[in-house]
Amino acid sequence: MPGQTNQKSAVKGLIIRETLFRRTLSLSALLIIVLLLCMFLTLLVSSLPSIKALGLKFIYGQTWDPVANEFGALPFLVGTLLTSALAILISTPFSLSLGLFLGEYYPRGWFSGLIKNAVELIAGIPSVIFGFWGIFTIVPLVRHLEIKIGVAPYGVGILTASLILSIMIIPFSASLIRLVVTMVPRELKEAAYALGATRFEVIRYVIIPYIRSGLSAGILLALGRALGETMAVTMLIGNTHAIPKGLFDTGNTMASVIANEFTEATGHVYFSALIETGLLLFVVTTVINIIGVRIIKRFEM
Amino acid sequence: MKEKIKFRESRSGAFRALVILLTVVTVVPLVAVLYYIFRKGISVIDWHFLVSLPKPVGEAGGGIFNALIGSILIIIMAAVIAVPLGVTSGIYFSENSKTRIYNIAHLFVDVLQGIPSIVMGILVYLWFVKPFGHFSAVSGSIALAFMMLPSIIKSTEETLKLVPPTLKEASLALGVPYYKTILWVIVPAGLSGILNGIILGVARVAGETAPLLFTAFGNPFLSANIFKPIASLPLIIFNYAISPYDEWHRLAWGASFILVVIVLTLNILTKLAERKWKVQF
Repeated sequence: MPGQTNQKSAVKGLIIRETLFRRTLSLSALLIIVLLLCMFLTLLVSSLPSIKALGLKFIYGQTWDPVANEFGALPFLVGTLLTSALAILISTPFSLSLGLFLGEYYPRGWFSGLIKNAVELIAGIPSVIFGFWGIFTIVPLVRHLEIKIGVAPYGVGILTASLILSIMIIPFSASLIRLVVTMVPRELKEAAYALGATRFEVIRYVIIPYIRSGLSAGILLALGRALGETMAVTMLIGNTHAIPKGLFDTGNTMASVIANEFTEATGHVYFSALIETGLLLFVVTTVINIIGVRIIKRFEM
Repeated sequence: MKEKIKFRESRSGAFRALVILLTVVTVVPLVAVLYYIFRKGISVIDWHFLVSLPKPVGEAGGGIFNALIGSILIIIMAAVIAVPLGVTSGIYFSENSKTRIYNIAHLFVDVLQGIPSIVMGILVYLWFVKPFGHFSAVSGSIALAFMMLPSIIKSTEETLKLVPPTLKEASLALGVPYYKTILWVIVPAGLSGILNGIILGVARVAGETAPLLFTAFGNPFLSANIFKPIASLPLIIFNYAISPYDEWHRLAWGASFILVVIVLTLNILTKLAERKWKVQF
């Protein structure tokens, strides 16, 4: 009968559309995996010329001189680690208090709502604008300080870059810390209060131990951000190729050297060495992020 | 005994004061950034600034029309590229949260979110600029699209997971095919959340500079050709900011003001939308 065949083909069409739909969904998830693997492989393959030519000298070499074809990235590794570590050191007390303020002391109310929203909005300000602002506010401040203690008054340098970095990561780590602080079970805190603990003792002996892993994850994820931060640092670090010897020295980070030199890199090895710097940055931030996200996930469960 | 209690209580009070003090000290520079940009930028903005092209050094006036158009074009193209992939993988994540693909892909989304923007610039340069031999607006859009993906995927997944399973079961029980159930029942129920994620993604990449350095590159003239280099607000801010000319600094403040207003408006929009239309059943 014609009606039956019609129905049959309709069912067939339905099944085809159904499988097509399911395939599209899993394909797009697979595409994410493929995309990330391709990213890693591209960086790796493009770094091969420099890995072959330089070997481990890339890591411990102290001179970066494109004219002499020498590419030691140690100054940039030091610059990146120094600025990021300093930024974490400076920002942690502030983001911890902001997290405690919003998560424990004043979780409700218009004032903390205002602060919370303001901080979240400021987290959205582009990095290049932070850099621009830094040129006009932090640089003169640091220069003033440098004149006072009698070092060369560049204004730009490691300290300036670390200061802008810490301002930029505070909103991010504070919101993570607030999140874990609000997750501390109420019973634990109330039990401590019932035993006669003061607010400080509850924070010190109940909240902090409970959120220790979440806290370290927050700091770790903030570190991941600081390591890869490019524009603001490029504008404020001074962009010189020697290993910085002090807080007031100028320097370069891995990200800033890529930003400055990538489009001008003419030599084969030079170009590849810059990509290897990017590869290193990619691997380090990926490892840090995976660990941080894992810890936060465990905390949420 | 009493002494000790007094000590503990005063220690508690002192700590609270310290937290409040540090919070205020933290909020001050954060708000100062905003204040500074608004004060410096607002005096630059007028109609002429918005609709004229940059002028060479030494000539007064000039505007950011090309950068404004360029930024809008790059961002729209980035959204067009990122939304289909982001939404479909978000649907996959919300529907299959026990498969192996889910575990790996979900982790990779977090990794993607953490990739430094400058590295994204290198990658897109290697994939879409070097093979063609020239910088282009579309390569900039692709770089931004990659950076937008995580927020679209995550918000799609999270909103769709909030849609009650009874809705889906009711639809399936009525004999509606699976794909129609997803497309016509589940996705519309979570549409506001998905839109929210897209706007958030746009806000996140609107000010990105590093990935555009080696892709869209910049262009002193007005251009709408997506296969040619194009100007954009973040790049123009960067180039003018590091220049030694006061006149260019002035233009950069104006451009910063416009960019901040765009980003803040998008962020506030998502906040309001979240409060009003959050999926609630």
